[in-house]
Amino acid sequence: MRRVGENSIEYNNVYLLESSTISGPREKNAQLGKFIDKSYNELSCSEKTWEKAEIKLQNEAFLLALEKANLKSEDIGLILSGDLNNQIIASSYMARKFNIPHIGLYGACSTAVLSIIVGANYIESNIFNNVACLTSSHYATSERQFRFPTEYGGQKPSSTTTTVTGSGCSLLSTKKSNIKVTRATIGKVVDPNYKDVQDLGRAMAPAAAMTLRQHFEDFNVDASEYDLILTGDLSECGSIVFKDILKEWGIEFYNYNDCGLMIYDRKVQEVFSGGSGCGCCSLILNGYIKEMLSTKKLNKVLIIATGALMNPLLAQQKESIPGIAHAIVLESVME
Amino acid sequence: MESEVFQKVLEKNKNRRPILKNSLKAFLFGGIVCLLGEVIRMILMKVFKVDSRVANTIMLFVFIFLSSIFTGLGIYDKLGQVAGAGAFIPITGFANSLTSSAIESKTEGIIQGTLTNMFKLAGAIIAIGAISSIFIGSIIYMVRCFYA
Repeated sequence: MRRVGENSIEYNNVYLLESSTISGPREKNAQLGKFIDKSYNELSCSEKTWEKAEIKLQNEAFLLALEKANLKSEDIGLILSGDLNNQIIASSYMARKFNIPHIGLYGACSTAVLSIIVGANYIESNIFNNVACLTSSHYATSERQFRFPTEYGGQKPSSTTTTVTGSGCSLLSTKKSNIKVTRATIGKVVDPNYKDVQDLGRAMAPAAAMTLRQHFEDFNVDASEYDLILTGDLSECGSIVFKDILKEWGIEFYNYNDCGLMIYDRKVQEVFSGGSGCGCCSLILNGYIKEMLSTKKLNKVLIIATGALMNPLLAQQKESIPGIAHAIVLESVME
Repeated sequence: MESEVFQKVLEKNKNRRPILKNSLKAFLFGGIVCLLGEVIRMILMKVFKVDSRVANTIMLFVFIFLSSIFTGLGIYDKLGQVAGAGAFIPITGFANSLTSSAIESKTEGIIQGTLTNMFKLAGAIIAIGAISSIFIGSIIYMVRCFYA
C-alpha cells in the first residue's frame, strides 16, 4: 500500500473474494435483474416496518455473501456498513446480531465505495484477513427520511431520482480471487452551491468530476486505462452535467455509464431520472460488475460512487447541497 | 476556478419544468374534480331535496372520503404525479396530505405516530386557514359595521 499523488492509494494485496446482492421487486424486474442473487416480491420484505425490511436486506446480504464464500461469521474480522437512515440504524441493527467488530460509515450514496476503501486499508495492512463491506437503501425509508410520505400525491419533477431498494455485500480478503482492488481515490467534499433537493444528480456531478480528474492526475492515466468508467447514482440529469464539466476541462471519453441509468428499465418503469441510494451502486458493483470481471468481459473498471451530503433540515434552512465522490479500481486477475 | 465551471455547466443544464403542459393537465384534472363536485351537489339538491349549504358540506365529505380511500389504495400518488396542482389544490389534496402522513407514521403507534404526524404536511394549510379566516372575518365585520 502506498499513497499516490495527492489523495490516492495503491493496493497490492486486496481481493474481492465474494459478493452478494439482495433487492426489492423493481430492481429484479429491470434489465440487470438477472445479476441480483435474491429478490423480494414486495417492498416490505415480509416485515412489519420499512426500517425492519432494510435491516433484513442488509442482514441477508451479509449471510448470503458468507455462504457464497464458504465462510463462517467467525472468519470475518470486521464489518463496515452504511445506509441512508438517521444514525445509520440499518447498519447498526444488522451488526448487533453478530459477534463481530463493526464500524458504521456514512458517505450518503458513496458508502458502497467508501466502505471498500476503508476495508481495503485493513486488508492491505494485514490487520484482518476478511472484511465485509455492506450498504443498503430502501425506497420507503429514504422517502420518509428525505422526501414526502410515500402515498403523498405531490408532483415529482423529471430530475428526481428513485431510491433503490437493495443491499450489497463485498467480502474483501487477503485470500486470492479473480478480482483485485488495486486503486482508490478519496474524494473531497465539493459544494457547487446548488440547492434543488429534487435534483441530487446534478448537485453531485461536480464532486464526481473532481474525483475523476484527481484520479487521472494522481495515477497519471487517462480514460483509455479503463474498460469502463462508472459513476454511482448521478442519473440522467447528473451524468450529462458530469460529462459537460469534464469536457470543459478537456477530458472526454465514451467508455462511461452510470449505475443509476443501468439499474432500472427507464423506458418501462416510472423512475424519473434514474436510480439512486447506497443500494444503487452496491447492486451494480456486487452484481453486474463483479460478474463481468470474473468472466473477463471487463478487465479494469473505475467506479466513482457519488453521495449528496444533504440533510432535510439544512435544505429547509436554505443551505446548498455538498457532494462527495470516492473512486476505486477493480481489476480482473484471472489467468 | 472550478466553481465558475460548475456554475456555468449547471446553469446550462438547468431543469426546465414543462410549465404549460403541467398547467394544462392541472386545469383539466382540477376542472373535472370541480365538475364532479357540482354534479354531486345538484343531485343532492334536486333528487334528495337537501338545502344548498348542507349539500355543499356533504359534497366535500364525499371528496375527502374518496381521496383518503384512493390514498390508502396507493392510487392518489399516481394521480397526483399526472394532475399536479389539479390534484393538490382541491380539498382532495388536503385529504391526501393528511391520510398519507397518517399512514406513513402508523408504524410508530397511534399517539406518537399517526396522531402526532397526521398534520405534518397539512399543518401549514390549517394554520393559513385559521389566520386568513381571522383576517378576512375582521374585514367583513368592519365593512358591516359601517354599512349596516
